[in-house]
Amino acid sequence: MSVFVNETTRLVVQGITGRDGSFHARQMLEYGTQIVAGVTPGKGGQLFEERVPVFHTVADAIAATAANTSVIYVPPVLAAGAIAEAADAGIKFIVCITEGIPVLDMARVLPFVRERGARLLGPNCPGLITPGIAKVGIIPGQICSPGRVGLVSRSGTLTYEVVNQLTRNGIGQSTCVGIGGDPLIGTSFIDVLRAFQDDPGTEAIVMLGEIGGTDEQKAAAFVADYVRKPVIGFIAGQTAPKGRRMGHAGAIISGASGTAEEKLHAFTAAGIEVMRRPADVVGLVKQVTSNR
Amino acid sequence: MNLHEYQARALLRAAGVPVPEGDVASTPAEVEAIARRLGSTVVVKAQVHAGGRGKAGGVKLASNPGEAGQVAAKILGMTIKGLVVEKVLVVPAAAIASESYVGLIMDRESQRPVFMVSSAGGVDIEEVAATAPEKIFRLPVDPRYGLMAHQALGLGLRLYTDYAQARAAAGIMQQLYGVFIANGASLAEINPLVTTPEGQVLALDAKISIDDNELDRRPDLAALRDESAEAPSEVAARQAGLTFIKLEGNVGCIVNGAGLAMATMDLVKYYGGEPANFLDIGGSSNPEKVVNALRIITADPSVRAILFNIFGGITRTDDVANGIVAATRQFTVDLPIVIRLTGTNEAEAFRILQGVGMRALSDMDEAVKQAVALAREAA
Repeated sequence: MSVFVNETTRLVVQGITGRDGSFHARQMLEYGTQIVAGVTPGKGGQLFEERVPVFHTVADAIAATAANTSVIYVPPVLAAGAIAEAADAGIKFIVCITEGIPVLDMARVLPFVRERGARLLGPNCPGLITPGIAKVGIIPGQICSPGRVGLVSRSGTLTYEVVNQLTRNGIGQSTCVGIGGDPLIGTSFIDVLRAFQDDPGTEAIVMLGEIGGTDEQKAAAFVADYVRKPVIGFIAGQTAPKGRRMGHAGAIISGASGTAEEKLHAFTAAGIEVMRRPADVVGLVKQVTSNR
Repeated sequence: MNLHEYQARALLRAAGVPVPEGDVASTPAEVEAIARRLGSTVVVKAQVHAGGRGKAGGVKLASNPGEAGQVAAKILGMTIKGLVVEKVLVVPAAAIASESYVGLIMDRESQRPVFMVSSAGGVDIEEVAATAPEKIFRLPVDPRYGLMAHQALGLGLRLYTDYAQARAAAGIMQQLYGVFIANGASLAEINPLVTTPEGQVLALDAKISIDDNELDRRPDLAALRDESAEAPSEVAARQAGLTFIKLEGNVGCIVNGAGLAMATMDLVKYYGGEPANFLDIGGSSNPEKVVNALRIITADPSVRAILFNIFGGITRTDDVANGIVAATRQFTVDLPIVIRLTGTNEAEAFRILQGVGMRALSDMDEAVKQAVALAREAA
């Protein structure tokens, strides 16, 4: 079992002929993801890797292939438009990898997506992977293994670090989800925590947060209220200075709010086991799963 | 990207917001000339990206043009919170009857621009938010419709009981919203919004931050960047396509990915060291980026040891290894380097480094411990 992507995922890749889109589309095909279509306006009619049909629009792609999930690799200034196009065409799960989308663009497109009953993951995220079944995005497949730990994170390489620790120690994952490091994102920690709680294939949850904003604090309150599975949490940025954007646009401590201490305190109060460093994940997962 | 007060003022003025006369200057002679033209008591204000300018002596009154020149001579060149004052704004000293706060920020929670207004103006609004949050009124704006007339009037009436003043403030808020949207701002603030004894409503000070992601499509805004107001190493990093933030410690960190970079800094601290910087080489694996990263780190005299932490996903670790080797051929690196590489093409990366007598580790904790120990020995 898994969340958001599984055997029924029929993927359309928006920006499939671009540099990043083509590279990652090949990686996803190799992993076994069912890519049924690609979209690049102006390149409709081509075949990608001699097997994936390319269309001018997402609507054309859906009509021809019954695609139900989209992943977006288009440049920042066009990305919000690509998200809107996917939602308008009827895609219900949209993953946007693009980094650097202007925040005002996101403020306009997020309500548009919700009104159409679609879910957006990202932007500025590594996507997600259900090990052994489907990978949508850029998470390296070889570091993941199938299992029963659900992982949700704001970052990319930190996720890889932690997943790698799990896999090397024989702990597999149900689904690994990167929600993205931007201030305005489509899917929050809470959305993913709820999905993991409701997924019978997930036994324990690892949540990797970072400084900035209040998403982790709200997620902690949600864990206390709703989540009955053990949760392990980490916050990156304990040594970050105030007022500076630490790479991710969302990773910024403003005034006294969004600090690591505040977030770790919320974790502890909600009964979340706190990782002091990435390597702690292995011991803590073993501990919480043997207690059950 | 933060704008200077004089730049923010110019954007507001162009949108029709009433701001006092005044001009920006970079020499005492220019200040004297502006003060003469204004013909009144003036305020000379340091233009630096730092709060607390007044307390630091960067804002002074002058009753005549000669005094304005003397005051400017003291302010220009002074250092406020590590930043040298290169420019001052000269404005007439206004008589003030009341001070309010008007701010517009992009709010993560409602995912919309949110107005914050308070009749407790002219003070640090974060302090008001912490001590008396009930004094701040918040209104999220749906960006598809903008700030509607009745909403703007409602905000104006939160600030002023006088209807004419409330109407004037409402107009200013719609103009401020227009500036926010037209310039891709993440924050636009008028603090204080004042009333004069004659009843006029004026924006006395302004602060605008532009969303960095707008700058690629908006060269007109990117041109407002004042590189003299930033650390030279951070300017060099940005030009090289790296994200770099200087810190106080002595372990130089070069990492791929923002989350892992923060976690690496935290682990340095966990093992008793202090990180010298945040540096993210990003997702690509261009060896040239690694060369530039090493150049920036080695230029920092407080660095005693260099730590690479690379998790190869899309980034190819052999490219990073080639970058390290290329850098050591281009310039002398006189500092111990600890390299942690794992992931894509790591066997090839290890072989490349061995070829020049360098060794790499695959465990993050082990690498951080070694770097901390080496920095301590060298300190």
